Amino acid sequence: MSLLEIKNLHASVNANEILRGVDLRVNAGEVHSIMGPNGSGKSTLAQVLARRESYQVTDGSILFHGKDLLAMKPEEAALEGLFLAFQYPVEIPGISNAYFLRAALNAVRKGRGEDELDAIDFLPLLKEKMRLLEMDERFLNRPVNEGFSGGEKKRNEIVQMAVLEPTLAVLDETDSGLDIDALKIVARGVNTMRRKDRAIVVVTHYQRLLDYIVPDFVHVLVSGRIVKSGGPELALELEDKGYSWTESEPAGARR
Amino acid sequence: MKKSGIVDVVAVGIANPPAPAGYRSEFHDFSQRLSQQASWLIALRREGYEEFADAGFPTTHDEDWRFTNVSGISKSRFEIARHATAVLPEDLERLGTNEFDCCLVFVNGKFSPNLSRIPNMPKGVTIGALSEQFAAGKREVQEYLGKYLNFRRDAFAALNTAFIEDGAFLHVPPNTVIEKPVCLLYVSAPGAAPLMDHPRNLFILEENSQATIVEDYVSLDQDVKENHPAFSNAVTELVAGECAVVSHTMIVRESERTFNVSTLRIQQARNSNLSTHSVLLGGELVRNNVHPVLAGEGAECLINGLFMANGRQHMDNYMLVEHASPHSSSRQYYNGILNGNAHGVFHGRIIVHKDAQKTDAKQTNRNLLLSDDAQIDTKPQLEIYADDVKCTHGATIGHVDENALFYLRSRGLDESSAKHLLLEAFANECLDRMHPGPARDHVQRLVFEWLPERARLSAGPPRPGERTWEEVG
Repeated sequence: MSLLEIKNLHASVNANEILRGVDLRVNAGEVHSIMGPNGSGKSTLAQVLARRESYQVTDGSILFHGKDLLAMKPEEAALEGLFLAFQYPVEIPGISNAYFLRAALNAVRKGRGEDELDAIDFLPLLKEKMRLLEMDERFLNRPVNEGFSGGEKKRNEIVQMAVLEPTLAVLDETDSGLDIDALKIVARGVNTMRRKDRAIVVVTHYQRLLDYIVPDFVHVLVSGRIVKSGGPELALELEDKGYSWTESEPAGARR
Repeated sequence: MKKSGIVDVVAVGIANPPAPAGYRSEFHDFSQRLSQQASWLIALRREGYEEFADAGFPTTHDEDWRFTNVSGISKSRFEIARHATAVLPEDLERLGTNEFDCCLVFVNGKFSPNLSRIPNMPKGVTIGALSEQFAAGKREVQEYLGKYLNFRRDAFAALNTAFIEDGAFLHVPPNTVIEKPVCLLYVSAPGAAPLMDHPRNLFILEENSQATIVEDYVSLDQDVKENHPAFSNAVTELVAGECAVVSHTMIVRESERTFNVSTLRIQQARNSNLSTHSVLLGGELVRNNVHPVLAGEGAECLINGLFMANGRQHMDNYMLVEHASPHSSSRQYYNGILNGNAHGVFHGRIIVHKDAQKTDAKQTNRNLLLSDDAQIDTKPQLEIYADDVKCTHGATIGHVDENALFYLRSRGLDESSAKHLLLEAFANECLDRMHPGPARDHVQRLVFEWLPERARLSAGPPRPGERTWEEVG
């Protein structure tokens, strides 16, 4: 059984069809990259996976751990092991990073039938994950994402991922706006999380991140459909030629 | 949301109704009872009564009362408690004020020595009931009582002055620091008739002194709906000397049968630093007036507020910040959470007088509406007569942020926990502006205790969108 199985997925936002029949199968232990030009539906796919309610699924199915993901609420998907690293992490003034993450971890642990962690047990765990992403400890008590730079927000997403230990992590343009040093730090954080029982889906516009997080599979999403799949070499080809050549593929795959 | 720029308040040609007859006989009886007191005090009360009788209660035709209808107060007949109500120390246990080493308790406006505890204070500090100071003829009381409060055309301040009898008194001599907070607990205990009280507090902090003061207004029998209504009308005068550092907190958590009107008049000398925190949780109708005058150069004032209302509660925050000298700064931050049919008001007025160059004044009011029927009126009012100043104001009115809600849910929190966390976060913005210590701990406990009730039953799905305006002047 695949960890994630997407079949003929159609999804709309405000009656605009964005995804027009996506098929994708991801097994545990694999890293997949979904690449595509702006507006191709990459972020929509990520949001649908995280169960954002403003995206309507009009056709198709998604099985996650063999269960119907489309029947799940966002929190249920999270408890099932799904994690989305947001393209635009949300600022929440008034709640510290540490408090928020402990609440989240305890919700997930409760879902797994594990005991909740108190602040004393939780803090060393969080500090360890923050060191991994080279985040200063002062971020512990800062309000969630408030006043963080773009790079700090993205690193904070990966810290959350490291704490919550999902089985499927979807990174939505985590590389955008990162300088090369921050990119390497984020990639190293992600790489340490590669495990045979965990899959990672990296959504990106550019190939550069894939120099550091080397995927097993690369898929090209254009106009709401995966028009091409291949190995890591496909990403290099895209970098070289741009996306236009994929769009001029035989029309069989397109409407 | 209504908004307006500089508005000249012009007396409207509609006379307020005269004072209800009940107050005449109350004042008569009251004056008889206290006729042996000092003549200056008797004269002050009479002046207050005459002003009240002349002005009458305000109506919504008064610019300063546009959003708040006090007919619930003016149409009821309230009495001064004639007999002491028996309140036992056990009755106060659940209120959380036992955390304070120093706590003065007032029951229906009168000091209760048996319920109070006053530890040793630094040399020269006077702390106790105002009534005791009258008896002792304390010089500072006569000097400062009513000195800065202007009750002309202010019916509630005039009424309070007419009925001055008791309240808290604190005098801190120069260069003296009171490290632990002073808690003042005002207990409204039900009586056989609708009761009113008019606590009058006077705090004098001399040059380079420091203190933290918490005023906490509570009702016994919080849940009894059949109780008579009660009316609490407090006035606090706070005089901060040069370089004095004062933290003041006002908590209103009375029953939903209580009308609470309060006025805080602050006079700030040069380089004094004052923060006042208003936390409105309870009461049927609450009006909180905060009026600092930054009279000395370099004075700083922080006015920080949090109000949370549900049901049919009405909470009106009225600020009048006067900058009277150069280089002074003021900050107003108010966060409101409104649910049910509750109505909130934020009316922040800033006056920068002619000589107050280099004034730095900022005002921010943020509101969360949890139901379709909750209402907020927010009104900034800047009157600037100096030419080299920085004044900004802004307000937001919105619903719980859908993006933030989804973010939290995507991390595993269920919808109601996520919503609750966002409300806590919103309230925390205000709590974070208080210095860490027992006063903030007390407020935080109360806010988190009241929050679930205030957030309950948000009717209907939230409407999308947020209206925002920001202006810089």
